[in-house]
Amino acid sequence: MARPIRVLVAKPGLDGHDRGAKVIARALRDAGMEVIYTGLRQTPEQIVQAAIQEDVHVVALSILSGAHNHLLPKVVELLKAENVYEDILVLGGGVIPDEDIPFLKEKGLAEIFTPGTPTQVTIDFIKNNLRREL
Amino acid sequence: MDLAEGLLKKDKRAAARLISMVENNNQEAIEILSKLYQHTGKARVIGITGPPGAGKSTLTDKLTKALRRQNKTVAIIAVDPTSPFTGGSILGDRVRMSDLYTDTGVFIRSMGTRGHLGGLSKATLGAVKVLDIYGFDYIFIETVGVGQSEIDIVKASDSVLMVMVPGLGDDIQAIKAGIMEIGDVFVINKADREGADRTKVEIEMMLDFNHRDWRPPVLKAVALNNDGIDEVIEKLYEHYSYLEESGKLLEKRRNNSEMEILELTHRSLMDELLNEGNKNEVRNLVEEVVHRRLDPYTASNQLIRKMLDTRRID
Repeated sequence: MARPIRVLVAKPGLDGHDRGAKVIARALRDAGMEVIYTGLRQTPEQIVQAAIQEDVHVVALSILSGAHNHLLPKVVELLKAENVYEDILVLGGGVIPDEDIPFLKEKGLAEIFTPGTPTQVTIDFIKNNLRREL
Repeated sequence: MDLAEGLLKKDKRAAARLISMVENNNQEAIEILSKLYQHTGKARVIGITGPPGAGKSTLTDKLTKALRRQNKTVAIIAVDPTSPFTGGSILGDRVRMSDLYTDTGVFIRSMGTRGHLGGLSKATLGAVKVLDIYGFDYIFIETVGVGQSEIDIVKASDSVLMVMVPGLGDDIQAIKAGIMEIGDVFVINKADREGADRTKVEIEMMLDFNHRDWRPPVLKAVALNNDGIDEVIEKLYEHYSYLEESGKLLEKRRNNSEMEILELTHRSLMDELLNEGNKNEVRNLVEEVVHRRLDPYTASNQLIRKMLDTRRID
């Protein structure tokens, strides 16, 4: 069996639901990836420890609360502190205004997917931008 | 990073990477595990199995917290099914364990079955070795939600905790062969639901027919509320003492080693059989069999003979 891409789908912060994250998780699963799903209300510390122990290629962060400018860079910062950032593609998604995207990219998010993005776009982006070999 | 050294120094990144390499059947990882095999055998390995939705992950979370209160370190391997159609999977056992993520004495790894039947993945035993070498006191292996016959967990663990829930069927389900025979400790989880006592009686009756030295206890628990967790831990300790004192631990590990060696051999032989050089041979035999010029029994014998011959030349 082929080596699957491993993706951590996580929700930092205090969002009330995770429908969007589940849609993405399901789409990535159907694209042949192993999706580790962590559920709601995760701290950046929890997400980073999960990413390390699961040895994932991708961390996909879904956020709806408006706290993205704080929480998403924090995840990147902690991944760097643990020396695993070079290996991991970090993506963001959810309700994120266009004007915040350049800031998030500058902070180390590889891409931000806003509502309405076809799941295939996300899948292709992951496949084309992995930061280490499978 | 030197992975072997990292693992011995309790670097979680090294452990995590080695498990991935074992999952991908990487030769370097296998060499590291061979070299460090003498460091294994110290962890206590407990299998947690039962039907989907019985509460295995929630129970694993609570048992881990109870062991952490006693200063034991715990690794968890949580297996979930891989899609036979796409090869993808959703590994969702972590959802019930998020309080444990930042505990330095805990390591959680989710694994997809990747085409393997039996409730575990092919790489599960390798992952157990990695975590045993790392030095965890306890290793929990949570199987996929099982049906009636996924019993690989027996070959992978010292004790099997069978998690049941009320209302899954009548007493005939309880006396069927298969998973009901492998529990060392039974827990009826969600015991605040109707029918828990009846389920307990049915399981006890099934166990009455069983003439092993160890009579598996049947406990009730409500894992979500942390009810009954200490009793489960206590019974698991008792089972381990029984294994040690009766000499059954060594016997069990002997059986497990035998099965592992045979399985690894089987796998290597199958890999060799299906490699490029043999593909034509197999294809030719298939043609012969499909046109009824040869029977499948003889074809299989021919393949075995050919493989043994090639091996001898090696």
